[in-house]
Amino acid sequence: MADTLLTEQTLAAQRPVLFRYALLQLRDSELADDAVQETLLAAWQSAAGFEGKAGLRTWLIGILKHKIADHWRRSAREAVAPTFDRTDEDDGEAEEDDYFASSGHWNGGPKAWADPEAALKRQEFWLIYEVCQNNLPPKMANVFMLRELVGLDSDEVCREAGLSDANYWVTMHRARLRLRECLEIRWFNNTKQEQRHA
Amino acid sequence: MRSCRAVSVLVSQGLDKKLSLRERCSVWLHVMMCTRCRNFQTQSQFIRKAARRYTDDLQSRLGKKS
Ligand SMILES: [Zn+2]
Repeated sequence: MADTLLTEQTLAAQRPVLFRYALLQLRDSELADDAVQETLLAAWQSAAGFEGKAGLRTWLIGILKHKIADHWRRSAREAVAPTFDRTDEDDGEAEEDDYFASSGHWNGGPKAWADPEAALKRQEFWLIYEVCQNNLPPKMANVFMLRELVGLDSDEVCREAGLSDANYWVTMHRARLRLRECLEIRWFNNTKQEQRHA
Repeated sequence: MRSCRAVSVLVSQGLDKKLSLRERCSVWLHVMMCTRCRNFQTQSQFIRKAARRYTDDLQSRLGKKS
């Protein structure tokens, strides 16, 4: 591993991404911090297991996943472990076509939203956002989370989730269609919103 | 002229990679005339923004940033 140059700095630079990943799973900043710390330490000690800079985050996340799994085992709380990582389901394969007619036109389709910026400032909006995000099928939620919440590149998400390029595009597109629709139905279309504003 | 389905796919891809000039042109032309695809475009950008904000809030809500 002469040319991989895995320095402390390179590792430390990955800390924010790893922390977000851990936090989303563990929902506790101290636990997340510990898991990241252990991960970086383990990575540092086994730098030889690392196969090239391009896959650095994927490799680190692999280690981090083990640390998180260890945590759940230790605390015997598997029952409440989040389901981000379930990739065994064949979810939502046929349902994309609900959004479009066979002609390629929208079925219904995106309406104009009134003042989305204002929604960002409202606590109730975030509850609904969370519901919509949690309503994504597990595999899709995992891909969306890795890309938009953790902040991995699309290449890294593909490696991490074991997706082909084509599958990645389809999955992200469906996730956006679903989230959009959910937010529209539950928030932006909701006529009571005016009263809530008052 | 591309269909709404095809354009929405490109809009979504455009959030994750740079589209070719031809793709960008066809999105632009379509979106000028199609309100729904235009809405999809602004809304998918909004969703990205919301996802980031959600993560930031989660980090500050659950304690220190790393
Ligand atoms: Zn259209």
